[in-house]
Amino acid sequence: MSHFPDWAIILAVKSGVLIFIVVTAFAYLMLLERKMLGWFQLRLGPTWCGPWGLMQPAADAIKLVLKEDLTPAGADLFIYKIAPALAVLTALLAYAVIPFGWLPDGTPIAIASPNVGILFVLAAGAVGVYGIALGGWASQSKWSLLGGIRSTAQLISYELAMGLSIIPVVMLAGTTSLAGIVAAQSAHHLWYIIPLFIPAWIYGVTALAETNRAPFDLPEAETELVAGFHTEYSSLRFGTFFVAEYINMITVSAIRTLLFFGGGDGPWVAQFPLLTVVWFLVKVGIMLFIMIWWRATLPRLRYDRLMTFGWKFLLPTSVACVIIVAGVVAAMGNR
Amino acid sequence: MSFIVNGLRFVANAATGLVIGMVTTMKYLWTKKATIDYPRKPFPHAERFRGVHELRKYDDGLERCIGCELCAVACPANAITVIGAENDPAAPVSPGERYGYRYEIDMLRCIFCGWCEEACPTDAIVLTPRFDLADFTRQRLVYGKDKLVVRDPFTQHMANTESAVETDPGVAP
Repeated sequence: MSHFPDWAIILAVKSGVLIFIVVTAFAYLMLLERKMLGWFQLRLGPTWCGPWGLMQPAADAIKLVLKEDLTPAGADLFIYKIAPALAVLTALLAYAVIPFGWLPDGTPIAIASPNVGILFVLAAGAVGVYGIALGGWASQSKWSLLGGIRSTAQLISYELAMGLSIIPVVMLAGTTSLAGIVAAQSAHHLWYIIPLFIPAWIYGVTALAETNRAPFDLPEAETELVAGFHTEYSSLRFGTFFVAEYINMITVSAIRTLLFFGGGDGPWVAQFPLLTVVWFLVKVGIMLFIMIWWRATLPRLRYDRLMTFGWKFLLPTSVACVIIVAGVVAAMGNR
Repeated sequence: MSFIVNGLRFVANAATGLVIGMVTTMKYLWTKKATIDYPRKPFPHAERFRGVHELRKYDDGLERCIGCELCAVACPANAITVIGAENDPAAPVSPGERYGYRYEIDMLRCIFCGWCEEACPTDAIVLTPRFDLADFTRQRLVYGKDKLVVRDPFTQHMANTESAVETDPGVAP
């Protein structure tokens, strides 16, 4: 018999399956992005590995694993080696609380559904900067260090606006539980994108900055910093950073769907509750497509403009939104 | 008040710019792709694209080349070497008195100008639209008669469309 209690084994299996799904999703998100960017630029994207290039992620993985794992001579070995793991760990952490849909008996499909779900996601995202900052620091390279510093500054600046753009949602829903927020949107028959258009937009912009995506990809600005914080990383360690970045993309898309687009809400979910998973995944896919679309369209911001935009525009706007929504909620009373 | 008006104007301008940019890229997503899936799909070339040479034959199997060396004289890159020889009347290689005993074109020197075609009195040498010349040694890029005297289906098209069709009844159009 097992020494572990049943709940621990169930939890471990659930987490293992979820991690497998998320990593597979990452692999094909990467392929999708390469394909989409190719199409946006009138190219074909990967076409040679398998039909329509569908085996490209496997080929990339093999290539990354088989490459030489270099460590710079001056690197801080322990931190250098732990940084990629830290990045991917914090990226995966958020999936513990994301409800992917609803079972027929009304319980959310998630590893855990704590009352502080959205706070947990924000905390995990905030810790995520450590992987990048420490990786940049421990590489003992000026490019890596500059990339790490930029990433830290960017995340701290945009996290404020991000947190403030979520507060109106929490005020309207009256709960910080992600499942509760989705349930509130279903109960009101109103996706929060409609009343909270500006916070939804601010969340989208700050989410790009949080995930270091174009046009906010300054931490890895090739023209200035070689490859930014992962300049010195090669082989599987580079691959781990890569995984973390794309998993973060999926995370913020999922959170955006949950907060502003009604999660798994959609047609016919009353008859078929499991359809919520499908709607959720479709919405996340659309969010991811929009992120890729933005990357294909927008040029990288200059660093001072990034800061100006974050502190002088996004932050005051989101504060104003918080105040207005708070006033409206107070005026409407306790529903 | 002007602070708010200017701010709103700024936001409106920025939003307009973003929307225009997004619409532009979205249009490109649905545009026909510029990449040619080359080795799997044929490379579209001009009708009279000048590529690798071919030494043509008559339909009865005799070579057109009579070893006159006019192509070698016309060649501005000195890429062609022709050594002619007398035909054996019992087993002629070409219909005339002489034939091209050796015929070599150095593909590394050739500039694909097509003057050899112009110079040839029997329309023996023609440039086909074939262009995939890459090889691993220089020696193998000096094409002899073994590589030039061919009538593969790919070059047949060229043989049938050139001026030779009018002047020579031996080539069926």
